[in-house]
Amino acid sequence: MASLAFHAPETIDQAVALLAANPAARPLSGGTDLIVQMRSGRIAPAAVVDLKRIAALTGTRRHGLGFAIGAATPCTALKRDRALAAAWPGVVEAANLIGSVQVRNRATMAGNLCNASPAADSVPALIAAGATCLIAGPQGEREVPVEAIPLAPGRTSLAPGEFVVEIRLPPRGQGGDAYLRSIPRTEMDIAVVGAGANLVLDGEGTCTAARIAVGAVAPTAILVPEAGAALVGTRLDEPALAAMAEAVRAACRPIDDKRGTAEYRTAMAEVLARRVVAIARQRAGENA
Amino acid sequence: MNKLVIAATVNGDPVEFLTDPGGSLLDALREELLLTGTKEGCGSGDCGACTVILDGEMVCSCLVFAAEAQGRQIATIEGVAEGGRLHPIQRKFLDHAALQCGFCTPGFIVAARSLLDRNPDPSESEVRYWLAGNLCRCTGYDKIVRAVLDAAAELRQERRVEGELAA
Amino acid sequence: MNDLSGKIAPGPFHHVGTRPVRPDGVEKVTGKAVFGPDFSVAGMLYGAILRSPHAHARIRGIDTRKAAALPGVKAVVTGADFPDLESLTVSAGESSGDIIHISRTCMAHEKVLYDGHAVAAVAATSARIAQEALALIAVDYEVLPHVLDPEAAMRDDAPLLHDGIFTKGIEPAPERPSNVPMKVALARGDAAAALAGAAAVAAGRYTTEFVHQGYIEPHVCVASWNADGQAQIWASSQGHFSIRALTASVLGMAQADIRVHPLEIGGGFGGKTGIYLEPVAMLLSRKAGRPVRLAMSRGEVFRATGPAPGAVIELRIGAAADGTLVGAEIDFIYNAGAYPGNTAHSGLICALGHYRLANARITGWEVLTNRPAVKAYRAPGAPQVNFAVESALDDLATQLGIDPIALRLKNAVIPGDAQPTGVPFGQIGYVECLEAARAHPHWSAPLGPNQGRGLAGGLWRSHGGPSTGEVGLAEDGTGLVAAGSPDIGGSRASMAIMAAETLGVPYEQVRVTIADTHSIGYSMVTGGSRTTFATGKAVIEAAEQVIATLRQRAAAMWNVAADTVEWRDGTAIRADGERLSIGQIAAKAAFSGGPIAASVGLNAAGYLPGFAVHICDVEVDPETGHVGVLRYTAVQDVGRAIHPAYVEGQLQGGAAQGIGWALNEAYAYDAQGRMENAGFLDYRMPVASDLPMIDTVMVEVPNPAHPYGVKGVGEAPIVPPLAAVANAVRAATGKRLPDLPLTPDRVHAAVHG
Repeated sequence: MASLAFHAPETIDQAVALLAANPAARPLSGGTDLIVQMRSGRIAPAAVVDLKRIAALTGTRRHGLGFAIGAATPCTALKRDRALAAAWPGVVEAANLIGSVQVRNRATMAGNLCNASPAADSVPALIAAGATCLIAGPQGEREVPVEAIPLAPGRTSLAPGEFVVEIRLPPRGQGGDAYLRSIPRTEMDIAVVGAGANLVLDGEGTCTAARIAVGAVAPTAILVPEAGAALVGTRLDEPALAAMAEAVRAACRPIDDKRGTAEYRTAMAEVLARRVVAIARQRAGENA
Repeated sequence: MNKLVIAATVNGDPVEFLTDPGGSLLDALREELLLTGTKEGCGSGDCGACTVILDGEMVCSCLVFAAEAQGRQIATIEGVAEGGRLHPIQRKFLDHAALQCGFCTPGFIVAARSLLDRNPDPSESEVRYWLAGNLCRCTGYDKIVRAVLDAAAELRQERRVEGELAA
Repeated sequence: MNDLSGKIAPGPFHHVGTRPVRPDGVEKVTGKAVFGPDFSVAGMLYGAILRSPHAHARIRGIDTRKAAALPGVKAVVTGADFPDLESLTVSAGESSGDIIHISRTCMAHEKVLYDGHAVAAVAATSARIAQEALALIAVDYEVLPHVLDPEAAMRDDAPLLHDGIFTKGIEPAPERPSNVPMKVALARGDAAAALAGAAAVAAGRYTTEFVHQGYIEPHVCVASWNADGQAQIWASSQGHFSIRALTASVLGMAQADIRVHPLEIGGGFGGKTGIYLEPVAMLLSRKAGRPVRLAMSRGEVFRATGPAPGAVIELRIGAAADGTLVGAEIDFIYNAGAYPGNTAHSGLICALGHYRLANARITGWEVLTNRPAVKAYRAPGAPQVNFAVESALDDLATQLGIDPIALRLKNAVIPGDAQPTGVPFGQIGYVECLEAARAHPHWSAPLGPNQGRGLAGGLWRSHGGPSTGEVGLAEDGTGLVAAGSPDIGGSRASMAIMAAETLGVPYEQVRVTIADTHSIGYSMVTGGSRTTFATGKAVIEAAEQVIATLRQRAAAMWNVAADTVEWRDGTAIRADGERLSIGQIAAKAAFSGGPIAASVGLNAAGYLPGFAVHICDVEVDPETGHVGVLRYTAVQDVGRAIHPAYVEGQLQGGAAQGIGWALNEAYAYDAQGRMENAGFLDYRMPVASDLPMIDTVMVEVPNPAHPYGVKGVGEAPIVPPLAAVANAVRAATGKRLPDLPLTPDRVHAAVHG
C-alpha cells in the first residue's frame, strides 16, 4: 500500500497511457470491489488510475437509438435517466440491487462486469439485453458483447492496458427485460443465482426474440441460447416455459460454496428464469 | 512512501490533509481531521457505520480513497447539527430511544438525512430498504425506523409552515 | 446490607416508568462520544497482531529479527514474553476460566488452536509500518490435523487439542486426556419410565452452529505501561474491572497498578466481558516505553473472538393426554471451541427451568474443537437447548391437539415451584407472560397462504452480584452519580431515574458518570442482566444514605431531632411545615459536617429470572425456501421498567439477534479449518429490510428484593426466538426443521425433499 501510486487522469488517452505503462496498475471506477480486494490482500496493485475525472466516462447518453453508459457512472445515476430506465428497466434494476444505497452511489456496471464475479448482478441483465462494451487500450478501441469480457472468476479477456470506456445498450424497440436474483436475506447479499430475460413479442403476443442469461451457476454468467430458442415462435405457454426452464437447468454447472449448494442453485435458476420471463413478458406487452 | 496532500471541503469548511496514496477517506477523516464521529465497523462496505455524504450522495467512506476526495464536498455526522441546534433526525433518535450503544448511530443519521433530503414522505418499507446498508445489532431497527418516519413528518410540517409563511 | 424481604417503593412515581432523553444521548447523536477506536494519547504507537493461518499447529519457532529491524518498529512481542502461570480458575466476565487459557487466548505459546490465533505482535509509528512488520515475522509451524465437529472431537482418534484436559464429571476420572473438559448431569425421578408411559412423545435431534454477538464496534484498547510499573488502559468493555483483574493476573501485576478507563462501548452482548488485546498492548507498551493502540479488524473479530457455542441436542419429551409434561430425556453437546468455557452448566439449568416436570434426565457435554474459544452471548447456553425443547413442545401440542399456549400454561412454573437447584422460585411471571401473549391481537390475527405462526417461551437466570454506587451532591445541591458499570444500552438513564426518584429531585438534576477503576470501588461486568438490578440497588442505597445525611444536616440547622425531619420531593420538612431545599442544605454542607456523599458496595441478592414468550409470523416462498418475518411480538416479565423505552429496546434487540440466529447466521469453515465468512457480507445478520416492527409487551411482576421492583431484562429476549421462528416455519410449511440456521436452501430441501 505504501508504494501505491494514485493517478486521476482527465482524458481517455491519459488513462490508456498510465495503464499501459504499468501492468500492475488497475483502473478505478466506483472502487467497491477494488478497494475491498486491496484491503483483504487479494490484490496489490502498484497503481490505481481513477477514471472518474474523465468527463467522457461519466453519465449516460443516447447512442444512436440505444444508450451509452460511461464506465464511471454509478448505478444510482442510471435511475435518473428516465428514458434509460423506461427502455431497460431490467438492467437498471439489476444494477440497483448491488450492495447498499451507499455502495450503489459508487459502484458501476463496468466495474461490476470487469470484476468478473460469476454472481455479478448487472451482468445477466446486460447479457440478456444484448449489451456491448467499448474498450480502449494501447491498440486503440474495440467493441465486444459484454459476455466476452468475463473468462473465469476474477479474470477477464481484457488485454494489458485495456479498460472499458462505456457500456452500450441497443435500441429497445418493442419488448421488455427483467432481472431477479435469489439471496438469503432481503438485501446486501451476493446473488446465489441471478437470471435476466429480454423478450420481444409481436402484436399477437408471439415471441419473436428471446435472450435468457443466468449468473452464479457457472464460472461466468452465461447466455443460454437454448432457453431463448425454446420461447421464440411460441406464445409463452406452459410447454414453452417448461422447455425454457429445462434448457436453463441443463446449462447450469454450479458449485457448492458458502453462499449456496449446487443443487439449490440449479433449482433456483429454473424458478427465477420463469419469474423473469413473466415480468419481461408483461413489460413487452405494455411496450408493444 | 510519499503522502499526498488533499484539499477538500468538509462540513462546509475548506481543509487540507495528508494521506497515504492507498489510504481511505474514513481514515483521513478520523485520524487526520480528528472527526471521529464516523466509525469503522467492517472496512468492507457491509455495515454503513462509515457513511458520509460525498458530493451530495451517501457513500461508505471506507470504500473511498482519501485521494478521491480532492476538490470534493464531504458532509459527516459532525455537520448534521447546526451549531448547537440538533437536526430533527437527531432529536427524534433521542426521543424514540433509537440508539442503545450508539456506535451505528452516526451512520444511520447521515443515511436517514440523505433519504429525507430526497424523499420527504417515505413509507416504512422505503425507509427500511434505504437503510439496509446500515447494520444495527442493538435495536432490531424498530425504534430507528420510527424515529426516521417521525422526523420526516416533522420536516414536512416545517416545510408546510415555511411555505405558508412565504406565501 | 441485603434485605431480601425488602419493600418495593410505593408508587406513583415521578421518574420511574418515564422516557426522558438519556444523559449521554446528545453526545451519541452528534458523533462526539468517545468510543474505543476514537481514543488516542500523545506518543501513541500502532500495534498489529500476527495470527495463525492454521487451525491446529505446533509453533516450532518464531523469528522476529527482520520485523524488529524495520525502521519505525518499536517493539515486538511473542508468547515467550508472557509470564509463566500456574493453573488457576478465575472469574472471567460472566463465567470462569483457567488463567493459562486466558493468557494463551491473548497470545499462543506452544501451539495454535484455531485459524486466527494470535502468535506475535508489533508496535510501530504507523499502522502501515506495523502491517509491513507482520509480514517480516517468520513462524515455523508444524501443521497438525484439526477437528471442527464436536462429535468427531469426542472420538478416541480425534486430534487432541490439549495434553492436560481430563473430563470432569465422570467417575472414575479418565486416564487419558481428551477434547472433553466436562460432563454435567441432572436427574430427578424416572424419566425413562415416565416416557414409556406417556400418551405422546416428541423426539428429535437438533443442531445449531457457531454464531457471533455481532457488535458493530471491533475490539480495541490503548495501553500505557510505565517504567515504575504503573499502567493505564483505555478500552471499551463491558467490564473495566474485569480487564484490570484479568490483565493483572496474566501479567503478574498488582491490580492497583493498573488503571482502566472505560470508554463508550459499541456493543458487547457478552463478547466484551474478558480480554484479548490488553496484555499484548501492555507488553508492547512496556518494551517500547510508549502508549500502544491495538485494534482488531472485523475479520479478526470473527476469527479470533468468542462466539456462542454450536450444539447438538437430542431429546425426548413426553406428556399425558391432558398435556401435563411427564418426563424428558435430553442429551446435548456444546462445541466450545479451543478452550473450556464452562458452557454446559447453563444449558443444564435452563433447558427445562420454565416447566414443572417431575421426571427429567439431562446430560450435557462440553467439547473442544479447533475454533475460537466461545464467550458469553446473551443468555449463554440457554438459546440452544431452549430451541430444542420449545420445538419439541410444539410437536407435542400438535400430537395432542392442544393449543401451544395452553400446553405451556399447564406446565409453567409459578412462584414457590422448585428450581433445578432446589431453591423455590420467588415472584416470577411466566404465567403472566403466557396469558399476555394469548390476549395479544397478534395471537389471533388471521394468516394467509404460505404463512405460519410460531410461539416459544423461555427463561434466563439473571444475576445480582457485586456493584459499587456513589451519590454525591455539588454545592448547589445538584446530584452526581458514579457507577462502575459501563453503559451499553441506556443504563446511565436508568441510574439517573432511580437516583432522582429516590432523592425526589428533577431527573435533569442528577448526572451520571461511569468511573474508572481508580475512582470507584469494584463492579462486576455489565452483563448477566444485572446492572439495573445490582448497580441500581447500590445507587439507590447510596441515595438513601445521602437522604439520611440531608435530614441530619437540616435537623442540625433547625436544632431539632433528626427523626422529626421528613424528606419529600427533594426537600427537608420540619414537623411544623418549615422547609429546606436540597440546594439550601448542600450550600451549607462544608460547615455542617462536610461534603455530602455516600458510597455503597454491595453483593446484590434476590435477583429473579426473566421469562419471555415470543410470537412470530413468517411467510415462506415455497419455490425458493425464503423465509420472511411478517410480524413479531416479544412478551417479557421485566419486573418494573425503569425506562420503558430502553427496556423495549432490549426486548427488540434480543429478538432480532435470535431471528438472525434462526434464519441466516452461522460460521462456515473450509477444508483447512479456516473461517470462510469472517465478515458482514457472508456472516448474515438481519438488516433493516429483513425485519418488521417488533411489538413488545412488558409484563410487570415486581421483584420484592429491589426497591423499584427491577428484574434483569437484557438476556431473556434471545432465548425464545430460535424456536418461535422454527415453529412458525413448521406451521407455514408442515415441515419440522431441526437444524439451524433455516437458510432458504434448507427450507427448500425440506419442502421439496
